[in-house]
Amino acid sequence: MANLNLVQAINLALSQEMERDDRVIILGEDVGANGGVFRVTEGLHARFGGTRVVDTPLCESGIIGTSIGLAMAGLRPVPEIQFEGFLGPAYDQLCSHAARMRTRTRGAFTVPLTVRVPVGGGIHAPELHSDSPEAIYVHQPGLKVVMPSSPYDAKGLLISALRDSDPVVFFEPKRVYRAFREEVPEDEYTIPLGKARVVCEGNDLTIVSWGASVIQCMQAIEKSGKSIELIDLRTLYPMDIDAVEASVSKTARCVVVHEAPLTGGLGAEIAARIMERCFLQLEAPVQRVAGFDTIMPYYKLELDYMPDSARIGQAIQDALAY
Amino acid sequence: MTSLTDPSRSSHADIHGASAGSSRHASGKPELPAPVLLGWLRDMYRIREFETRCMQAYQEKKIGGFCHVYIGQEAVAVGCTAAVEPTDPIVTAYRDHGHALARGMTSRACMAEMYGRIDGCAKGKGGSMHMFDRNNNLFGGHGIVGAQTPLGAGLAFGTKYMDEVIDGGTNRRVTLCFLGDGALNQGAFHEACNLAGLFDLPVVYVCENNGYSMGTSIHRGTTMGHNLRVKAEAYGLDSMVIDGMDILEVYHGMKVVCDRARANSRPAFVDMRTYRYKGHSMSDPRKYRSREEEEVWEASDPVQRLRNRLETSGLLTDEAWKQLTSQAKAEARDSLEFADASPVPPLSDLYRDVYAERWGPYTGSSQPLMNGGSENTPSFTATEGKEGIS
Repeated sequence: MANLNLVQAINLALSQEMERDDRVIILGEDVGANGGVFRVTEGLHARFGGTRVVDTPLCESGIIGTSIGLAMAGLRPVPEIQFEGFLGPAYDQLCSHAARMRTRTRGAFTVPLTVRVPVGGGIHAPELHSDSPEAIYVHQPGLKVVMPSSPYDAKGLLISALRDSDPVVFFEPKRVYRAFREEVPEDEYTIPLGKARVVCEGNDLTIVSWGASVIQCMQAIEKSGKSIELIDLRTLYPMDIDAVEASVSKTARCVVVHEAPLTGGLGAEIAARIMERCFLQLEAPVQRVAGFDTIMPYYKLELDYMPDSARIGQAIQDALAY
Repeated sequence: MTSLTDPSRSSHADIHGASAGSSRHASGKPELPAPVLLGWLRDMYRIREFETRCMQAYQEKKIGGFCHVYIGQEAVAVGCTAAVEPTDPIVTAYRDHGHALARGMTSRACMAEMYGRIDGCAKGKGGSMHMFDRNNNLFGGHGIVGAQTPLGAGLAFGTKYMDEVIDGGTNRRVTLCFLGDGALNQGAFHEACNLAGLFDLPVVYVCENNGYSMGTSIHRGTTMGHNLRVKAEAYGLDSMVIDGMDILEVYHGMKVVCDRARANSRPAFVDMRTYRYKGHSMSDPRKYRSREEEEVWEASDPVQRLRNRLETSGLLTDEAWKQLTSQAKAEARDSLEFADASPVPPLSDLYRDVYAERWGPYTGSSQPLMNGGSENTPSFTATEGKEGIS
């Protein structure tokens, strides 16, 4: 056991998988000598060399496209895109190729690719460096989408992603990178993709969240003094809607919290699924706490934009009082 | 980078500009055995017959989606394929039937794919633009212009890594990545060239320069259209201009380029001067060019050129030609009949091969079950059973 933050846990997962499997290679802008823009790949270049930790030029489409070719040739590339906003130039490769190759070739060619992408706000960065575009990639059949909220989960989920035979977009919440440490086993372990985690159990209400917002939810639950169950989805696609159903069937009330803009966000999808599965048990409409339908504001306003414990607390009160 | 071409001039000056050139490589060309040349003639003719039948089938609404035929460019796919080993990866764009047939896909599998039938190369899920053939190392047919060029870099990177790191340097492969001249204007191509140059990747970008990106001539859409080699030189790629209407030029030129790319592990770019006789797709009235221009190109037809050459040198008799053409026609007709008889994939096939595992919406029902029930029980196991990947 070691007391690690999210950055260190991801670094440990990467180095262990690279040790285990020669086919795992990392590529991206400054991932090598410089250790990555958030220093997530620090030390890997020195340990595994430039053949396996490859510094690329600044060209997201080229990085992802090349990674797809690498994956089709039998390797397990782990490209890093520096910020979620920079996925834009790579969107074509990710959604036109990676996501579709298995279907298009009826399983003859697959793209075992894990794209690591720092995501979300809270680090005083401008828009394109603070966005939450996860719903866009959840909406693309063929991709799996993962977003851990803790160091322990990050290591286990990343190892699962690296061993998966489908393309995975692995979002790493920047706000959590160095926010806290927890015990992370040195030995390798996997956490299955598609399984949510019950962070804390409760009977009065269910909160569903993921990524950095999970921490705000925990604060709101503590302040509320109520018996609230918190579900961290961890994998956004495939989504563990069974876990949500089981909890909401018990509590009859639900708040969904995400940092991404409200309209068309995953909160809408989750609310619809709850309607389909728990309609007769519901005592209140599903509440959503989300970012606003605007471009992520510059850093002076970012704390107002992201769901905080006050806004989540209000939604909890509204749901309970309905 | 050393240029592989001397700037000799071509007769096809009309669309490709004043400096269009067919290469005259300095080294002497080795004599090729008659069966090889006859095989090329047969393959080019097979592709032409196949494409002619595709056009018919499309007009009869047997083929849906889109259909981009390769007629006029046959020497490129056949000559390039001949210049590499069967284990060398090939990746191309959407005008891909010719490459698939030249690489060894059966015309039955190719036609059935266009018909959207279960016996197609992707069991009717890919269609005309997505010809894939794992056994023959054909990594697709891709529909987004230029987007296959980073894949070419990645395939070269991957084979190099596999050959040198995993297999211990026992093998050296070169990747052929085809693109049209329209792809030269896409960002992905420039990123791919830069990466290939930077990482010493053994990939040969073959620009099938047929003079038009859809309806836009190269001079209307591309800077330095008269001298594309400068684009490659900007990224440190070897380059060559080849007359793509002459299969001997294609083969000998590509052999030099590919052998060098393989030996030196370096990328290259080929400006392959060719012409598509038909429209961009089946719904293209070709208002952007004249019939006279088309006739100029048709006069240097790659099939007829090789046929004439072989007849003049006594390697092809009238009887052999008749046999060759009737066999190709029969094969093309057979592919239509085969495709027509092949079953349409069941609707439940929709849910197959989206992911490795099948869960929730992918459990194989013909109805999208989204609201629970026994068939919607998650059976998702992303890692179980795959832990043993070595």
